[in-house]
Amino acid sequence: MAEKHFVPKADREYTKADFTSDQMVKWCPGCGDHAILAALLNTFPKTNHKKENICMVSGIGCSSRIPYYVDTYGFHSIHGRACAIATGVKLANPALSVWVSMGDGDSMAIGGNHLIHAVRRNQDFNITIFNNEIYGLTKGQYSPTTKFGQVTKTSPYGTIDYPFNPGELVMGAQGTFYARALDCLPQLTTDIMTRAAKHDGTSVVEVLQNCMIFNDKTHAAITDRAVRDDRTIILEDGKPMIFGKEKNKGLRFNGRCLEAVTIGENGITMDDIMIHHEDTEDTGIHMMLARMSGDLPVAIGVIRNVKKTSYTQLYEDQMEEQMANGKYKCVDDLLNSGDTWEI
Amino acid sequence: MATEQITKIDDIVVRFAGDSGDGMQLSGTLFSDASALTGNDIATFPDYPAEIRAPHNTIAGVSGYQVHVGNHIYSSGDKCDILVAMNPASLKSNLKWAKKGATIIVDIDTFTDEALEKAGYTENDHPFTDEMERAYTIIKAPVTSFTQRIGNEQGADKKTADRCRNMFALGIIFYATHKKLDQTYAYLERKFAKKPEVVKLNKAVLTEGYEYADKLEVMHSHIFEIAQADSMPKGRYRNITGNVATAWGLLAASEKSGRRLFLGSYPITPATDVMVELAKHKSLGARVFQAEDEIAGVCSAIGASYAGALACTSTSGPGLSLKSEALGLAVMVELPLVVVDVQRGGPSTGLPTKTEQSDLNQALYGRNGEAPLVVMAASSSANCFYWAYNAAKVALEHMTPVILLTDGYLGNGSQLFRIPKMADMPDIKPRLATPNDPNYRPFRRDPVTFAREWALPGMEGLRHRVGGLEKCPDGPLSTDPENHALMVHNRQEKVNRVANYIPDQEVTGDPDAELLVVGWGGTSGALTLAVEEMNKEGKKVAYTHFNYICPLPKNTGDILKKYKKIVVCELNNGQFAGYLRTQFPECPMTQYNKIMGLPFEVGELKAEFERLLAK
Repeated sequence: MAEKHFVPKADREYTKADFTSDQMVKWCPGCGDHAILAALLNTFPKTNHKKENICMVSGIGCSSRIPYYVDTYGFHSIHGRACAIATGVKLANPALSVWVSMGDGDSMAIGGNHLIHAVRRNQDFNITIFNNEIYGLTKGQYSPTTKFGQVTKTSPYGTIDYPFNPGELVMGAQGTFYARALDCLPQLTTDIMTRAAKHDGTSVVEVLQNCMIFNDKTHAAITDRAVRDDRTIILEDGKPMIFGKEKNKGLRFNGRCLEAVTIGENGITMDDIMIHHEDTEDTGIHMMLARMSGDLPVAIGVIRNVKKTSYTQLYEDQMEEQMANGKYKCVDDLLNSGDTWEI
Repeated sequence: MATEQITKIDDIVVRFAGDSGDGMQLSGTLFSDASALTGNDIATFPDYPAEIRAPHNTIAGVSGYQVHVGNHIYSSGDKCDILVAMNPASLKSNLKWAKKGATIIVDIDTFTDEALEKAGYTENDHPFTDEMERAYTIIKAPVTSFTQRIGNEQGADKKTADRCRNMFALGIIFYATHKKLDQTYAYLERKFAKKPEVVKLNKAVLTEGYEYADKLEVMHSHIFEIAQADSMPKGRYRNITGNVATAWGLLAASEKSGRRLFLGSYPITPATDVMVELAKHKSLGARVFQAEDEIAGVCSAIGASYAGALACTSTSGPGLSLKSEALGLAVMVELPLVVVDVQRGGPSTGLPTKTEQSDLNQALYGRNGEAPLVVMAASSSANCFYWAYNAAKVALEHMTPVILLTDGYLGNGSQLFRIPKMADMPDIKPRLATPNDPNYRPFRRDPVTFAREWALPGMEGLRHRVGGLEKCPDGPLSTDPENHALMVHNRQEKVNRVANYIPDQEVTGDPDAELLVVGWGGTSGALTLAVEEMNKEGKKVAYTHFNYICPLPKNTGDILKKYKKIVVCELNNGQFAGYLRTQFPECPMTQYNKIMGLPFEVGELKAEFERLLAK
């Protein structure tokens, strides 16, 4: 069936100011959440969705306060349940552009079940995961993404929990859109979110975000200006996977795994460098890219973006078909259906 | 045909019992449908194990279905007049449900030594003692061998033939109740339209059972003609189970209110059929979502409600526990929500297929904080339709979550349902906000009902945020002490004021009664009958049955104060009695409780009421 777009288009051009709420933003000064909020406010005008039809849904945690700071409809719900609530919002009214915001604990610990099932269904809404690898609002306990061995308030001798990699989780759940952004690259984050909005299906954008108070510099090993270009790679669809300050490093597949190579060294040329294809249906390479760390640069950008008919479309198609051709047109028909008799 | 002796009776109770998979639920349904279609009133009670196919021939695997047929039927009946037992285990476990002198039809072919042993019979305790033969009329029908012979004749394999054994038993019952087979022939033709050989085989076995009974001398004095339902209001009727009636009530409320119906649920016995039924009705706009868990069920419904749907979730006890936190959210955001709790035996997994009324406390109190919501209860399988409709009406008009309590007995049981016309159903007027209303505030209240307005995403000029954190009436977050006290008060007051919109509680029975019988929810059939019978015997008993639980009807206190003796009867350890005592501490109440996973029996109720009158 033909692809449909359910969200009405805006009748005028919006700016960031149209989406900025009058509420005082109460995040800590310097928190990465401010940058994500700004990216989101910059994204909404670009989606060209009617303002009244945008609905923010969040769970619990610092990041989940975001609906108050955005002048749209918003639902600040309960811990872990944002995806479940968003599912109902979108099912009840597919004309809404639904945006879910969650932290790492919210989305992958208490709400892990809802996240994987939302991703599996591929309903048409957008998920942003603020990943600061810590529980911030409860003041510094380890989360499902805290680095192994890290000392936190609830792991005084170091964590012995192996962390989740959100990208792997999303792709393991058959996700159709997964991207990774950095709070310190707001323009890139906006671009990624804009692409997420255009994706028909569930999009997941993980933003590596800094918590100054309880997990400061947790991403510094890749985000510090001094190392960022060498420790990260910004993936672009159809382009070679090049990174590094000098743009002379690249990724190649050596038959067993990905490896970082330097162009011009050991006979390596541009022809050896892999080209990024977001739309490869098989998750294999995308998984490898999402997993890169250590000797390999951390992948930033849209890692996976494949077409798969969304749950929203499948649901609306069934509704339309049944409402047009179903047996009963009204409840009176149903009440009088089958065996009935007069007394 | 030999001379028949037909006895006219007011009502009859037939119980079908066999191995799970023997088709007892189907036999029972076919008998009740045929009875209803030929003018009897009916009530049914499926009594089945939690296991799908427990080991063959064991007590654990016995599945039962009781049908009460007659003139004006309130309940599925205490004990049966006819018991069908398809194997020794079903006889062993169901004999206690047979009246003294009942007719017992067994498939004698199954009474092998091995099966007898599996059922727990011993040499000293075998099923057909002289004492048994004197106490009951036992028909030892060779059901299996007859069925297999017909199967052979028609070229069916043994397995296929064995699946039709229930039809043989049903044939005997049709003979014994003086009913024709046409109705069931037609059903079989519809059900197996694509398998003519199955239709042929089932029809042949059904007919054979009927003819077998006709040839049996003893049956000729055991034919009963059951009174027609002539005391029922005139109208068009159908047979309906409580769970289907609940689903249809929600559909009706959706159509009447103009709000899309959304159901977010997770499968759970005995509530699943509400979802199964609604899933069929996309053509009527039902948006059903099978969630990943109970929490997602209720949360998706809350999301759907925020987006403007008549949002519902259906569950049973353990599921309601899982939904508790989200129900607190629904209370806080003051959105309409219907939660159907088809109660079962608890705590924990408890007795999944058995009935109980033990979720009342959970419905009333099972949330953190001061979290009032509306609680109501259906009292018959058929009136689940009206109570589901009513729950939706109250939720939409008063902007509150409503818990509707039904139970396994009502949900799975069936009854005659007088078909209403949608035009006659009361109006439902959701409290929708007006787009671009400059004075819209999220928690601005109607001064009379205290309900807030419902502004839906997509409406222009009403953008706002809701959530679990305390808000002030204008919408923004607030931790101000006075504001919290005010909001807590307002949420309570809103629920209290629902009492202004519900009818007065009624009392039936003897006007000068010494004893007031109090019931609520799914027990009304047995309680009504017990009180009616006692009134006929001249006993001074009155009866009041509650459907509105929170808030209670406004005249509840006036009623309770009138009686010297009050007995609160419920299928739990006294939860409603406790609730009434906290509200009316000046009214002394005794309580009568049954906590066996079974409905009340009229006999036990009468005995208790007699005892209280004599005290």
